[in-house]
Amino acid sequence: MEGIQNISRRNFVKVFGLASGGLIIGCQFSSEKEIVRIDDGTTFAPNLFIQLKKDGKLILICSRSEMGQGIRTSLGSAIADEMDADWKYVEIQQATGDKKFGNQNTDGSRSVRTILAPMRKMGAIAKQMLIAAAAKKWEISASECKTEMHYVINKNNNKKLFFGDLVEDAMKIEVPKDVTLKNKKDFNYIGKKLKSIDIKDFTHGGATFGIDARLPNMKFATIARCPSTFGSVKSFDKTKAMAVAGVEDVFEVERVKRPFGMLGGVAVIANNTWSAIQGRNNLEIEWDKGKNGAYDSKRYAQRLTNRIHTRAKVVPPTKGSVNKAFSNASQIVEATYQLPHLVHAPMEVPNALAWVHDGKCEVWAPVQSPQSARTEAAAYLGINEENVTINVTFLGGGFGRKSKPDFVVEAVALSKRMNAPVQVVWTREDDIQHSYYHTTNVQYLKASLDKNGLVTGWLHRTAFPTINSTFMPSANYAAGWEIGQGMNNNPFEIENVRYENAKAEPHVRIGWLRSVCAIFHSFGINSFIDELAAKAEKDPLQFKLDLIGKDRIRKEKSPHPLNTKRLKNVMKIAAKKANWGRELPKGHGLGIAFYYSFYSYVATVVEVSVINNKVKLHNVWTALDCGMYLNKDNVINQLEGSAVFGMSIALHGKITAKDGAIEQSNFHDYILTRMHEVPPIDITIVDNDEAPTGVGEPGVPPVAPAIVNAIYNATGKRYRTLPLSEHGIV
Amino acid sequence: MKTLTINGKNHNIEAHDDMPLLWAIRDIVGLTGTKYGCGVSQCGACSILIDGELAKSCSLPLSYGIGKNITTIEGKTTNLEILRKAWSTINVPQCGYCQSGQLIAASALLDNNPNPTDEDIDIAMSGNICRCGTYSRIKKAIHTAVKLKNK
Ligand code: FES
Ligand code: FES
Repeated sequence: MEGIQNISRRNFVKVFGLASGGLIIGCQFSSEKEIVRIDDGTTFAPNLFIQLKKDGKLILICSRSEMGQGIRTSLGSAIADEMDADWKYVEIQQATGDKKFGNQNTDGSRSVRTILAPMRKMGAIAKQMLIAAAAKKWEISASECKTEMHYVINKNNNKKLFFGDLVEDAMKIEVPKDVTLKNKKDFNYIGKKLKSIDIKDFTHGGATFGIDARLPNMKFATIARCPSTFGSVKSFDKTKAMAVAGVEDVFEVERVKRPFGMLGGVAVIANNTWSAIQGRNNLEIEWDKGKNGAYDSKRYAQRLTNRIHTRAKVVPPTKGSVNKAFSNASQIVEATYQLPHLVHAPMEVPNALAWVHDGKCEVWAPVQSPQSARTEAAAYLGINEENVTINVTFLGGGFGRKSKPDFVVEAVALSKRMNAPVQVVWTREDDIQHSYYHTTNVQYLKASLDKNGLVTGWLHRTAFPTINSTFMPSANYAAGWEIGQGMNNNPFEIENVRYENAKAEPHVRIGWLRSVCAIFHSFGINSFIDELAAKAEKDPLQFKLDLIGKDRIRKEKSPHPLNTKRLKNVMKIAAKKANWGRELPKGHGLGIAFYYSFYSYVATVVEVSVINNKVKLHNVWTALDCGMYLNKDNVINQLEGSAVFGMSIALHGKITAKDGAIEQSNFHDYILTRMHEVPPIDITIVDNDEAPTGVGEPGVPPVAPAIVNAIYNATGKRYRTLPLSEHGIV
Repeated sequence: MKTLTINGKNHNIEAHDDMPLLWAIRDIVGLTGTKYGCGVSQCGACSILIDGELAKSCSLPLSYGIGKNITTIEGKTTNLEILRKAWSTINVPQCGYCQSGQLIAASALLDNNPNPTDEDIDIAMSGNICRCGTYSRIKKAIHTAVKLKNK
């Protein structure tokens, strides 16, 4: 999880011709001051990439992974728009993993936020050069030309020149130093509804996901991994596995002790996936369960719960004195919330196809971070990264799982050993039982109310195994950025505050999952302030608006400091859509929650009913302010998906461990929301010209607390642990 | 040697009778549009039509498919074609991975029920998981397909 990229340093632009007869423009994030032009395509391969062919075909390279967020369409449309290109000529190609493309990590809801501006500039540069080429041809000035749908037009006589026909001339044009970007009102694609460029492939089974990658004479592999994290093989008997038709080899693979190294185990190599699975089922393995062999998540949650009720490490910023506020309070409210581990469970399981030969390695895999896959592969093989090519396929969902390329290392190791292309496939059981889990969490909140029902003191204590432990096994306390996902930077105006973090040792691999720590901090905060509103006998919406306080832009070191006005605005929109305050049918309740994460503002209102002790969702209203957006329909689709993701968390999601092993194994016990549970979802996207911010993740955090708050509103019963299925109401 | 008839074409393959149809179709025949999601009849990613009936290919042996007409997402039926149009109009997919199965299941629904209600759709589609959460759009697209058809 890297910090924020400084996008204003886009200042390195090059143009070069291609043997295939096209115009290529690229730019890279670099500290070079000059705009440089070279005329051949030797080593330079830029971050953002345009290839215009003589037949007009416009190939745009997408440096971020496509995992359902529509990034290929969105980023392509930004360039095409500034270029005044005709969408029908556009083809998107996926970049391989390489540092020369700049940061390619597709997580943190940052793709559009960090590279929209450079993308647009790339398009504008291309347009300006095509205009210059046409103007030269017509012997007029550039200002006498305009562009429209893949043509440059002579304003004097309406003569047209096709972009493709300008390729050769444009290659002779200097790269402009300054370009003007379009005005919002002139956009053809940005901010509009644009169909996914991949829709045809998706509806005909034609899109190649990682698991669909094929090479001649490839082998298929599964690996049996120790049920407890970081356990190892004591002994194994492969006789019965080898007897399965199609199984070609069985051998042990060692754990690679790196954050994204493989877990190790016993590999089964076969000539088809099924035989590899069957072979593995027939293995007899004795495991050394290792230091996590006794992990019991129920007992662990109890331990954390005990710990959270005593003073812990103080995390800045502290304000005033909570103790004083508590002793002067007219009412004290305290509550403890506990949430379980979760797993990403993307529909496409982790998998990778690798081919190691002649000192080189080529990989085809659904990875969110092709560069770290490349680093891991190179490190495993002890070769230079230049000799590793990572081809990024479509991702059948990622949610954070596929930015940890342990599965790539496995394929590389097996290919090396077999001297053949090998595809490692995780079964769903593997995916659920050997992941990098969303952490388990316990929070304790305590607040004081004065006689007017105003909050005077706020103590928030949190404990959870940190993602840092995946990188530094001894890490027992949360990382600053984890706490910063909404806990010690909540948007409230309270005079006395203290934040604390209690120790939590990891017993499984901990990793980020869509929305990360915002999931549980949003749950704690949004549930707790709902409890406060009830105690203060105030309308929850008004109470929360008041708690956020006056309009202000928070003073903080951030590219997009919190603007409370925008936060309150989305709350008001969602509430209005839900017709907040209306008379509700018997057994029904409305609940609201909001969150500021990934620099975007989201509020969600949910209507539930609880009848015969069964909860049913009736409506979801979500309002999002993500600044300027690229593709409205895509944004809406993401927010609808976030609502469903949040429902899974609220209603069903739980990963538990006993004797070191994960107890769930497939979709019958790791339950995901299905269609019949999903009510109408209404999404409002705020229109403004603010800088673009996150879309893929900010929608999730408010959903679960909004549901729990709605249940409270309907029944007077407060649920402080998830999932709700554990309470027998689902 | 066995023969599987998929999308009107015969494929002669060498594989064990017990191999699930899913893996025979993907790994042996080489049609990868049909997806693996769970292997245990829980998610619907592997949905195919066998003699026009909806089936989960991960949980049926190859032997079951011999001598029958199999339709996969690479194939064509009247309803599948209409649904594709609707899927495009509504812009249903996110990651796209589950959509093969969703489309096949939706086509089976329309084959049996030309005018399904929301509830019919909920029931018919409850065997298909979409982790990206495109359910509302799937439902909308099925209604759109019905409208397109009745036009
Ligand atoms: S793979 Fe067949 S139902 Fe999931
Ligand atoms: S679109 Fe991704 S799982 Fe359905």
